[in-house]
Amino acid sequence: MKLFPIRGGIHPEYRKDLTSEKAIVAMPMPAALYIPLQQHIGAPAEVLVAEGDLVKKGQMIARSQGAVSVPQHAPTSGRIMSVAEVAAPHPSGLPQKTIILEPDGKDEWGDLPEPIADPFAADPHAIHERVAQSGIVGMGGAAFPSAVKLNLGTQKKLEILLLNGAECEPYLTCDDRVMREYPGEVIDGARIMARALGTPRVVIGIEQNKPQAIEIMTRAASAFPEVEVVAVPVQYPMGSERHLVQAITGRETPARKLTADLGIVVHNVATARAVHHAVRFGRPLVARVVTVSGGAIRQPNNVLTPIGTKVADLVEFCGGFSARPESVVNGGPMMGQPLASLDAPVVKGTSGILALTAEEINDSPTSACIRCGSCVTVCPCGLSPVDMAAFIRKDNLDVAAKLGVMDCFSCGSCSYVCPSHIPLVHYFNYAKGVLRELESDRRKGERIKTLAETRTIRIEKAAEAKRAALAAKSKPAADAASSGNAGEAKATTEEKVNA
Amino acid sequence: MKKSGPFAHGFTSVQKTMFLVLLALTPATVFNLYLFGWPAILLFIVTVGACVAVEAACLSVAGKPVMATLADCSAILTGWLLAMSLPPWAPWWIGVLAAIFAIALTKHAFGGLGQNLFNPAMVGRTVMLISFPVAMTVWVAPHPLFSAGAPGLVEAFAITFGGSIPDTMSAASALGHIKTELSRGIPVTQSIGQMPDLMDMALGYRAGSMGETSALLILAGGLFLMAKRIISWHIPASMLGSLFLIAALFHAIDPTHFTSGTFHLLSGATFLGAFFIATDYVTSPVSKSGQIIFGIGVGLFTWSIRNFAGYPEGVAFAVLLMNSLTPIIDQYTRPRAFGRTRKGEPLPLEGKP
Repeated sequence: MKLFPIRGGIHPEYRKDLTSEKAIVAMPMPAALYIPLQQHIGAPAEVLVAEGDLVKKGQMIARSQGAVSVPQHAPTSGRIMSVAEVAAPHPSGLPQKTIILEPDGKDEWGDLPEPIADPFAADPHAIHERVAQSGIVGMGGAAFPSAVKLNLGTQKKLEILLLNGAECEPYLTCDDRVMREYPGEVIDGARIMARALGTPRVVIGIEQNKPQAIEIMTRAASAFPEVEVVAVPVQYPMGSERHLVQAITGRETPARKLTADLGIVVHNVATARAVHHAVRFGRPLVARVVTVSGGAIRQPNNVLTPIGTKVADLVEFCGGFSARPESVVNGGPMMGQPLASLDAPVVKGTSGILALTAEEINDSPTSACIRCGSCVTVCPCGLSPVDMAAFIRKDNLDVAAKLGVMDCFSCGSCSYVCPSHIPLVHYFNYAKGVLRELESDRRKGERIKTLAETRTIRIEKAAEAKRAALAAKSKPAADAASSGNAGEAKATTEEKVNA
Repeated sequence: MKKSGPFAHGFTSVQKTMFLVLLALTPATVFNLYLFGWPAILLFIVTVGACVAVEAACLSVAGKPVMATLADCSAILTGWLLAMSLPPWAPWWIGVLAAIFAIALTKHAFGGLGQNLFNPAMVGRTVMLISFPVAMTVWVAPHPLFSAGAPGLVEAFAITFGGSIPDTMSAASALGHIKTELSRGIPVTQSIGQMPDLMDMALGYRAGSMGETSALLILAGGLFLMAKRIISWHIPASMLGSLFLIAALFHAIDPTHFTSGTFHLLSGATFLGAFFIATDYVTSPVSKSGQIIFGIGVGLFTWSIRNFAGYPEGVAFAVLLMNSLTPIIDQYTRPRAFGRTRKGEPLPLEGKP
């Protein structure tokens, strides 16, 4: 298949060999699971259980709230200990509402929805419904509710389901292992998703640094003419949705549009496997494969982890720390978030837990920018980080916005290459946060203004109506006399308007 | 809250970059120090030393960390390039004054590393050239170390610190010679016959500043920097290309007034300028298209100044002129953002890029 170049990008130290040959192992059930109500983009789920309730594995314990939301399910059977505020897997470490479950050790499945017998004959809506009910989110890291994305076919004409197996982040090997160990499940899930979306084609993009996955998936896909596996170049950030679409189809998604507007929907390979489980077995998303790696982890591994497992328990399962980690990262080293606390739980979007040594991070104090232009060369979005950073430093965010800071998706390529170790992404994240807040304030202001104006008009109208009523009451006789004329005049005006 | 990602960093640093540039300059420098002997070595030491001293003084006045900043090697590089652009037997105070102009006035007055508009070494050189035209245009033919007639260390001290160059030793640079002869009404076709042949010019056996001689070793250093991805081809290729093309064009039209493209490439500081001066990160555009515009500008200005201005060599002036345009070039050559038109509007949906 002919591929298309993508702009910029970098070739970081991948260090995937730490875990790429480690088969997925399931970790034993920890003493407690912490299931946050919000593990996804959108509205948090609404609690359905109370302290002391006994739940079965797969039982819904919180239901989705609103259009963009997902339910949460019990990852194992046990007793609800409490619903409390627990540190979130977020750099702030701020607490969020979390269901705490004490496993009973039996790991008994509850009543699951019936499998969809023949998904390829089923109504696409039934598949959306099942995916929505199963609490599936994008497992590449974004954690966007998958059902919402699978529903795009009802609004847009779609051509391709692009399955993202690029896994361009260093260290991470969970998708690689899933593809190598469960190729049939991934491809079946993808075909079900294609059915839901109405796309005639499925393309699976895998970076060339995973030759076994490419081979195994190609073999597994050979039975299905509509499924094609494509090896894409090793170039970070190839796994970015828009860039992968560009590499494979040559089409550039316009700013503020979705790839779906081009007829292409992108889903992660692990998400496809979760869809397979939901549709074929009625099983909701209650566990995921997490790559636990980094120089400070004693036994790096790919671990099938129940959702809600404390990071500390997962790290302990991997032998604990062999050295003091400089940073513990939730996700890949490029776009992952620093974890404020090891008490935070693994959630549906957690692709990796990395304990990195200072040597691996290779940070240095920031020095002056020498305008080498490396950041401009590597930016996959065609932005000028050097200029944006200069304006953000002066708190001139309007100019930074004009230069496109909102188009930055924080891939980190610029920070990675900067010889002066300037934390460019940190600047951009700051600017994006402030600009978003300003924008929402502006919208709120406008809304208030509109409401106030409407209210003024309404009050005036009411007052006028009152005056008119008073006037009508005071001279009913005169009114009665002239009503015929007035009615005629009104009719004339109406005719004019209609003409 | 911790700093956001990435939690990985390439093995690049300002210090490493500067170090590689110095390494790339070393072969040409060592060869030229050998060629011009002890006086050149003394001037080199004085100039680099003065740049480092002035940098330290400026940092300490500005209250910035002195040792940590000196370790970035940028002052050494400025001094090094400055020394290579001076007549090798120039007196010591030329090096010191040039260092003050380069480091204190061009660099630190504008805010230090990364903040200067103009190339410090080139400002140092041109200010000296304009202020002390005689001292800055006394060239000597090569006197390799330990060869017969080459000054010993003691004589070298007299030359560098006493300012006495024996008259018999001076010589004209190639560009200077052509210009002087042309002003006397002698056409290029005739004066070029008295020049060393192009091979000797390429190798460096001729009069000139250290950086002007030995184009081949400079070229080798430049290619090394490209291989190491410290510089890209954009500025050198566009500068050399535009200089060669315009020179070749006019040479074809009127060979009595205009020297050939090859002569322009091999004479003067063309190669040093193309690979080491015009490519200075701080004072050249950041985008690749901007770098091409910049390089073409330097090439054309160099040729114009060499032919029509009062000075025989134009690289330094050309670089400075283009330096002043760098901010505006940068502003107009920003890359097109992903999913947007050049004007910054979202791409239309139907249109393929």
